[in-house]
Amino acid sequence: MATTKLGFIVQRPPYKSENPKLALTHAIATQSVEVYLNEGDTVTADIAFIGDGVLNCKKDQKAMDYYGLTSTEQHIKMALLVDINIWVCKEDVEKFGLSEDDLVLDAEEFGADMTVNVVPYSEISKKMEEMNHLLFF
Amino acid sequence: MGKLTIGCFASLVGSLNLDFAVKLSAAAIEKGHTVDLWVSGNGTMLSIKDQRPFKDYSHLEKPLKELMAKGLTVTACEACAEARGYNKDVTMEGFKRHSMDWYLASTFSADRVLHIGGE
Repeated sequence: MATTKLGFIVQRPPYKSENPKLALTHAIATQSVEVYLNEGDTVTADIAFIGDGVLNCKKDQKAMDYYGLTSTEQHIKMALLVDINIWVCKEDVEKFGLSEDDLVLDAEEFGADMTVNVVPYSEISKKMEEMNHLLFF
Repeated sequence: MGKLTIGCFASLVGSLNLDFAVKLSAAAIEKGHTVDLWVSGNGTMLSIKDQRPFKDYSHLEKPLKELMAKGLTVTACEACAEARGYNKDVTMEGFKRHSMDWYLASTFSADRVLHIGGE
């Protein structure tokens, strides 16, 4: 019985590349990873948004209205719904002139218990040290 | 010997990231390591068969087939491939297709995970 912890670090802004969306969809895929593993073994994913990546967490995205596509915001909410830890770099949010009020922080409408954690970079760095592998998106 | 899991999201032509991933896979297999290569997003372009080897564009079908014969496991994200019209009929022989959880499961037993993002 063992757990492999993956840290997904998202550094790129939304909609300019597929990377942030792929980070979220791959992280959400931890929900079904056990079909490939022995009983008791699992893989977990934590996601950290840093640098330009914090822009993925802007709330009220309109990707569905304009492009007919699931927004990054919706993917973040889905990640919260499946109990994935999400960390957002507080300093980088502030560099963009944003505050927590501008960000998607929960997915209450879906019944998610988890919330987005806006924390100093030092805390994210500490969390990532706990991971077995880091994946940069 | 160890196990290396490589994830690559870059397209076949352009950044040379897939070229690097395939060369790294070859080097690792040559040393006796096990390699799982996962391609997702635009990286699924690698799975298409009948790549014509122009000199101006990356073409990895031949080295990839040689590596698969030596034990390389290479898998494409099925949803990413289908979204691009890369269906099973155009997938090269031996190239597996799975959902994203396959990649995560591969990391479970990997000694090292090297994730190479997209463009």
